[in-house]
Amino acid sequence: MLYGLDFDIAHTLGTSVLLLSFALLYQRRLSGVLEAFALQAVFVAASAAWQAWSQDAPQLYITAVIALGFKAIAIPLALGHIVRKLGIHRTIETVLGVNLTLLAGVGLVALSILLVFPVTLASGNVTRENLTLALSVVLLGLLMMITRRNAVTQVIGFMSLENGLVLAAVGVKGMPLVVEGSIAFSILIAFIVFGMFFFRIRERFDTLDLQYLESFRGDRHVDRP
Amino acid sequence: MTPGELIFGGGLVSTVYLMLAVPLVAAIVLAALPWHRVSSVLNAAASLLTLAMAISLLFGTRPKPTNFIFIDDLNVSLIVLTSLVAFTTSWFSASYIAHEVEIGRLTPLSLRFYHAMYQVLSAAMILALCANNIGVMWVAIEAATLTTVVMVSIYRTRESLEAAWKYFILCSVGIALALFGTILVYLAGQTVIGPGVEALAWTELHARAAAFDPNILNLAFVFLLVGYGTKVGLAPLHAWLPDAHAEGPTPISAVLSGLMLNVALYALLRFKMILAGNAGAIAPGPLMLTMGLSSLLLASVMLYRRRDIKRFFAYSSIEHMGIITFAFGLGGPLANFAGLLHMVLHSLTKSAIFFAVGHISQVKGTQRIADMSGLTKTHPLLGWGFVLGVAAIAGLPPMGPFLSEFLVVTSAMARQPWLAVPVVLGLLLAFGALMMRLQQIAFGEPRGGTAPVSASLAPLYLQLAMVLVAGLWLPAPLVSWFQNVARLLGS
Repeated sequence: MLYGLDFDIAHTLGTSVLLLSFALLYQRRLSGVLEAFALQAVFVAASAAWQAWSQDAPQLYITAVIALGFKAIAIPLALGHIVRKLGIHRTIETVLGVNLTLLAGVGLVALSILLVFPVTLASGNVTRENLTLALSVVLLGLLMMITRRNAVTQVIGFMSLENGLVLAAVGVKGMPLVVEGSIAFSILIAFIVFGMFFFRIRERFDTLDLQYLESFRGDRHVDRP
Repeated sequence: MTPGELIFGGGLVSTVYLMLAVPLVAAIVLAALPWHRVSSVLNAAASLLTLAMAISLLFGTRPKPTNFIFIDDLNVSLIVLTSLVAFTTSWFSASYIAHEVEIGRLTPLSLRFYHAMYQVLSAAMILALCANNIGVMWVAIEAATLTTVVMVSIYRTRESLEAAWKYFILCSVGIALALFGTILVYLAGQTVIGPGVEALAWTELHARAAAFDPNILNLAFVFLLVGYGTKVGLAPLHAWLPDAHAEGPTPISAVLSGLMLNVALYALLRFKMILAGNAGAIAPGPLMLTMGLSSLLLASVMLYRRRDIKRFFAYSSIEHMGIITFAFGLGGPLANFAGLLHMVLHSLTKSAIFFAVGHISQVKGTQRIADMSGLTKTHPLLGWGFVLGVAAIAGLPPMGPFLSEFLVVTSAMARQPWLAVPVVLGLLLAFGALMMRLQQIAFGEPRGGTAPVSASLAPLYLQLAMVLVAGLWLPAPLVSWFQNVARLLGS
């Protein structure tokens, strides 16, 4: 069945974003995670630009530029700087093994297809596809945040989750700039906050591994004699 | 329509914009001021000005809704409540902060930050309440979350960093899911209303909800419930709440419990109204009932094992948000009325309790419950204020929350009798835990510091008086107001 070039290109770009979500799941080194994330942001930007062209919605070019400049270039560079400065090149621990994580990822993609496809029958094909892919990316981002203990990878997981949201927002026809602007805005603030956290976590613990942070828990400290 | 009219509308909308501008301007000034005593007074003054403008919204003609701002019966009551508690908390905060500086827990630089953030937080909460745009509301709630994250981490201890990190990660994920739900609502809206900013406006969405595709609405509501439900602190998404309450400064605990949870719940209620307006969509009631009941029961059991006083009252907030969500899930005029009343009374009571808790932990020099007994002997005025607050939150007559809890239980009896059983069980369990701890803290052998409270107890007693009056006599205009809103909320 042919849907036309519009759909094919949107489909290719969206699927590439999803593919890179999987790539993020199995990276063992922090530098690999950063590279995969930057590439994902490039595809998100391309996807937004394509939607801007095909929907004739020039404001989406702004979203594309933000995704490209901020998420594909600025954030990976800054995080790379933090990683180098703190000397955390070592490989990263995952909670589940890589195989199990990827299997869970496949399950999540199946889940989002089952959730989104039946309810969006009335919407256009591009919207349906993009929403499904977007939900998959969101869920995979969540999975990454759950399975990685390291603070940097949790941040990346969160940003990749936001990539999914951008994909969803650009896929829906005529979504006003408010939302795209807000996404960019929140990423900006999120990054500042994260940066402060890093600074302080580094200052206090000399580690970015959250496992150390979580050795302290809730009420227990006051129960000790 | 010119762009100016589109944004500013006609008539009195400028009051709303002014109400948002005052805290933002104050934030900039406070960030620059180096003297913390001046700042804390200015902080309270700005909050008072915001409150005055919020009250002025109650009178005069309602502004016509624009695509960004609207005022109706539901949000105006919450705006007044928010600015009221924000003002009393800033009053309490002035004395609390002075003590923290004295003992060296906070530096003057972090205080500049603290005061500026406090004002940004109140602006964000008011914007979330009066926004006529689900995208803007989302941004406002996100902004409010980020400011509180920063404030929770302000002590820079290991514990506060962990609490802030946990709060940040969980709520960001929640809020991201809420954005996905928001996009789905827009998708449902734009097929009917047409692409553009109108399809994000509450007024349009409510008016034309009947024509939306129910399947998309259903899917959207699941995301919104999980997303904003995390911010409300509903079980099982509540993990961030006790830590964030316990490790941050106490004024922030008061604002979190008294206001932030309400704002997130307000968002959920609005979306619930869209679903209620669509015949084909699932009834959101059962989902909210389940989450409300599980929060109530879980929190009331957890109350027994808490040793830290702020963590203890954080769980009590989860319990009460559970009751309120349960009431709105039940639906119908009476239950909605009870839910609204409990929302207001819980805010007033819980923030008052946190004021007392702040003073108690300062004079006793600890947050550990076992080390602060005999409070009514060492500090009678503070101690009895605390006793009154806890009696109110436990649901003892004649305090206000007794009335609203009684209404929740009776409306449950009338609508779904078998659901009343777990509610009463939860309330009794929580009552037991509260009495046990109250006994320990207020009475018994005096322990801990005996230094006198240097701060004013006026904010505490002011709010307790309001709670007491509400329990004895609700003014007729207020009652008809609530009834009107309860009708708006639908079944």
